[in-house]
Amino acid sequence: MNNFAYVNATTLSQATAALGKNWSEAMVLAGGTDLIGLMKDYVMSPQRLVNIKGIKELQGISKTSKGLQIGAAVTFDALAANATVRQMYPSLYEAVMGVTSPQIRNMGTVGGDLCQRPRCWYFRLGHGVLAMKDGKSLVDGGENKYHAIFPKGNAKFVSASSLGPVLVALGATIQLQSSASTREVPAADFFVAPASNEAREIALQPNELVVSINLPNPGKNATYEVRQKDALDWPLATASVNLTMKGNTVEAAKIVLGHVGPVPVDASAAAKSLVGKPISEATAMAAGEAAVAGAQPLSQNAYKIQLARVAVKRALLAAAGVKA
Amino acid sequence: MQGVGVGSAATGLLVGPESAEAQSNSQGNVAAFGPAAVPITLQVNGRPLKTSIEPRETLLDTLRNKFDLTGAKRVCDRGTCGACTVLIDGKVQYSCTVFAIDAQNKQIATIESLTANGKMHPIVPAFVNNDAQQCGYCTPGFVMAAKGFLDRNPNPTYDQVKDGLGGNLCRCGTYVGVRKAVLEAAKALRAANTLSGVTNA
Amino acid sequence: MVLGKRINRLDGIPKSSGKAKYPSDVNRPGMLFGSILTCPHAHAKVKSIDTTEAAKLPGVAGIRVTSPAGAEIQWAGAEVAWIAADTEQHAIDAMRAIRVEYEVLPHFVKEERRAEAGPRARPAGEQLTGDPDDDYSKAEAKIAGYYAIPVLTHCCLEPHGAVVEWKGDKIEYWPSSQGVSVVGGDLAQQLGIPASQIHVSMDYMGGGFGSKFPSDLWGREAAQLSKGSGGRAVKMFLDRASELTIAGVRPSAYANIKVAGKKDGTITSWQSESWATGGFTGGGMPPIPYIFTNIPNKKLNHTAVSVNAGGARAWRAPNHQQACFLTFSAIEDFAAEIGMDPAEVLIKNLGYTARAPLYERQIRKAQEMANWKQLWHKRGDSGRGPVKRGLGIALSTWGGGGNLAECRIKIHPDGSVELEQGTQDLGVGTRTVVTMVAAETFGLKVTDITTKIGDNAYPFGSPSGGSTTVGGVTSSTRKAAVNALDELFQKVAPALDAPADQLEAVGGKIQVKGNPAKSITWKQACAKIGTSPIVGNGRHDPKNPMGLASQGVGGVQIADVSVDIETGVVKMNKMVAVQDCGLVVNEKTAESQVFGGIIMNICGALMEERVMDQMTGRFLNADMEFYKLAGIKDIGEIEVHMDVHPDNDKRGVIGLGEPCAISTIAAIGNAVANAIGVRVPRVPLSPDHVLTALYGEKMDQNRSRA
Repeated sequence: MNNFAYVNATTLSQATAALGKNWSEAMVLAGGTDLIGLMKDYVMSPQRLVNIKGIKELQGISKTSKGLQIGAAVTFDALAANATVRQMYPSLYEAVMGVTSPQIRNMGTVGGDLCQRPRCWYFRLGHGVLAMKDGKSLVDGGENKYHAIFPKGNAKFVSASSLGPVLVALGATIQLQSSASTREVPAADFFVAPASNEAREIALQPNELVVSINLPNPGKNATYEVRQKDALDWPLATASVNLTMKGNTVEAAKIVLGHVGPVPVDASAAAKSLVGKPISEATAMAAGEAAVAGAQPLSQNAYKIQLARVAVKRALLAAAGVKA
Repeated sequence: MQGVGVGSAATGLLVGPESAEAQSNSQGNVAAFGPAAVPITLQVNGRPLKTSIEPRETLLDTLRNKFDLTGAKRVCDRGTCGACTVLIDGKVQYSCTVFAIDAQNKQIATIESLTANGKMHPIVPAFVNNDAQQCGYCTPGFVMAAKGFLDRNPNPTYDQVKDGLGGNLCRCGTYVGVRKAVLEAAKALRAANTLSGVTNA
Repeated sequence: MVLGKRINRLDGIPKSSGKAKYPSDVNRPGMLFGSILTCPHAHAKVKSIDTTEAAKLPGVAGIRVTSPAGAEIQWAGAEVAWIAADTEQHAIDAMRAIRVEYEVLPHFVKEERRAEAGPRARPAGEQLTGDPDDDYSKAEAKIAGYYAIPVLTHCCLEPHGAVVEWKGDKIEYWPSSQGVSVVGGDLAQQLGIPASQIHVSMDYMGGGFGSKFPSDLWGREAAQLSKGSGGRAVKMFLDRASELTIAGVRPSAYANIKVAGKKDGTITSWQSESWATGGFTGGGMPPIPYIFTNIPNKKLNHTAVSVNAGGARAWRAPNHQQACFLTFSAIEDFAAEIGMDPAEVLIKNLGYTARAPLYERQIRKAQEMANWKQLWHKRGDSGRGPVKRGLGIALSTWGGGGNLAECRIKIHPDGSVELEQGTQDLGVGTRTVVTMVAAETFGLKVTDITTKIGDNAYPFGSPSGGSTTVGGVTSSTRKAAVNALDELFQKVAPALDAPADQLEAVGGKIQVKGNPAKSITWKQACAKIGTSPIVGNGRHDPKNPMGLASQGVGGVQIADVSVDIETGVVKMNKMVAVQDCGLVVNEKTAESQVFGGIIMNICGALMEERVMDQMTGRFLNADMEFYKLAGIKDIGEIEVHMDVHPDNDKRGVIGLGEPCAISTIAAIGNAVANAIGVRVPRVPLSPDHVLTALYGEKMDQNRSRA
């Protein structure tokens, strides 16, 4: 990797002051589980890294009347150990434990999960986030079995974030801060389909860092991840759901698919179709069907439609506590 | 000269402190270290080890190349396979994916700590008794992953062992022995702790 | 009695404590680090290369170009230039500063698409026995199927490479190698110097699986860079991407197969049209039909396909996994076609094999271990619910035997024993088994023997390949030990007042045969040696294989899997192996090796594949994230039965590394077919392939599969 200067910030203001105008100037170093690999592969080569692990304001999980606030530098391990997360946010807990390497859970942070770059192999080989070469997408004619079935324009990679679909389903907000200002972004707006090969797939600006995640009080929620391996492996498709129930029937629902598009895919039509109905094998299956209705598979990944469909079904049944 | 100041008014160069352990100056600016080599001190196996490295050096490469602590191996070099596993402040981590400069002021335990001072941690003979190694290249990583796991789960079930070592890979196929070894080590550790009255946390 | 016991691996503590020093762990004073500039294009010509700027960078001690202007490169990842610098990062900085201009040429990397290969597909063998066409057309039962098994890469955890220090006319060479006694000679030949100038040391090595025989370009270039820097050692190891890309692969195999026979299970004909690649030079035909070689009517036709990708090297049982998968998949499909238990179909046709009684005994044993009678069901008849369970079976065979090996054993006057062999321990327990054989011969404990291997100054050891090491080194050790002991008996005979040939060594004593009362301790006996030690030499020569080794083993494996037909995810419940390896020296390490062979091939069955991309010509998953290996929870339970049997023991030590690593993939493929009711033709049995087999390429969006 290219060499860089290392800044060990101990306060938020030190950290934001050390950030830059563009990504090549400075980047935040948290768990490093993605960034260091990107740097070794020369996919990203910032001149300065700002370590934020020692900043107190970025640590801690606190229960509030509105829900739960999670510091950006909280590790997956700390998240999994939190009683509120386990009891009230099983969808979050499942996503965290879906990272089946204890080492990664000890290192990786909430903010890092949200800001990690796609695993698209063309991107990792240096072809840019849209994997364009000579004006053409490498993904279309290439090896795309792990790619999107809900592409957005030329963005055919899948968002790698484990937490993204969960946060969107829960209606979380993400607090961002620069040296000049603070803003709160709905999780759904945090993830964006990049318009150019060089753009980022998140709303974060180079001079900002993620400070915290705010989770509202949840409904009945669950996440289902389809992963081939039990050992550390990327999900092939996931679904995260959050249900507001009135007795046995659904009053409101949120269904979000992960690892099927460049951003978490909010299957709002599928969610709406559940309103007023109980969760059963039949309604869950129908919702799964509706959730993948708009899928546009590539040459090798039609199987992911099936995976997304079943993930939705299983997440809904798990959230409602219905045995399949 | 190790430090270059950056900050809200960071256009000028600040002369940095002697060591990257020192953090900020009175102006509220925070020192930057590198890109040239900087002196660092790492707390490894209970001893302070000093060297000079570029910020881009990983903890793994520093342990192996600067301190000849070659038990941790470099295999995937991308935080996937676990051959480089060490404990940092008691938690298992991939040392290939930690910068050495970032590992200062933390307690780092490598595989070499398990046989220090003429003593042998029970995990080591448990691996041997259960033939939990073939070529042995992944083994130190597994042993350290097991150490970190057992420190937190002194009384694990068989299934917990399988979950607890999900961050390590082996190519020769030693998993059957590793599972048994971790259970045997847990038993040995519990027996030892009952005798001495201490917990292994 | 030590042989056949369960002895702990003698180098277990060094390995499990991190003290074992592998070649990649060698640190020398003033050592330089190497890096390699590789070509990003699958097929290209170097137009120009400029190292001027790179050479000026900090710490750079040397740069060598091996693909100069005009050189044609045939795969992405091929080596272009080599750098040595004071730190690894500096070596990489310099590597990136070398300017190369390429003329990019057309490439082809997807050998499965044979029709697109054009002249890159070349006929590579035909064979006709009997009249298979006639048999097929008239047969009571027949199947026709397509089967595909991809290229795999060895993915040795210790990458290929070496530390080389060339000072004056002497080279110290620490390679990660499968051939300590020969790799120095290979390097010498590359360098054009006498082999006698190269000293090879290698106490441990981190996996080879067939890919680490030659000294390779990296050995040669490390040596040249060392020489060029005035004798500073150079550490040159491949990075992970290069390790997967250029350090060897297992060839693929694709085949359209027809099998015909009778409804009672008798197979009467086999036809296969196969193709494969092992890289730029194409790929040979796996030995099909495997094991059932004497099927009376056969037609074989094979095509070698050349691709622009890193080349093949021997891969633990070369060609056998492919042959086993193709053969046993087709036979299982034939069994399903006639509604018969595939194990019974195998038994019905054992007359076509070389060892019918052994296989029948092993199949019955494996069935018992796998609870076959209760768990096996007709294909697809797997009950309700999305998770389907199934069983599958496959056989294996391997030659093995003992390779050329020499051993020297010294018995010192103080009673200590030193064993020296220029062999190597790839992880199979070579160090341990030779020590056991010596201890057995001397009536001593394994801890009484100091065993030294991994040095080309020791008596010759052949490269470890083809499951021939243990056969060779145990035999040479036995002979050396017997020779040394005979001499010791001569020295001791007068004291025991008995002829030397009436003595025996047991329990740490030399005694008159069957008379413990007339004995002296080992130490007392050795005191009579005089001042210089007894040196016993032993040699095992495969051309004259009198001794501890012979050839030819069989095995059977049964897989028990669960398949989620909604996700296509396959989970291992259990693997059962009944394995013959001749005489078992150490049951503990032998079992470990079988576990290993099975686990490696669980990876091959379920998740491993080299993904080549026709768009870029690159190997896209040359990492350990998407080149998927099973973890500790992914393998299910494994039960191994070493087929210890008087008939097998009589044949002596044969070998185990390959035999146990052959039939797992085929057995798992058959188990999946048994579970879900359809054949998944393409390995790995990943969700995309499983779901495609179940529901078709288009995955029919309008029909719910949930």
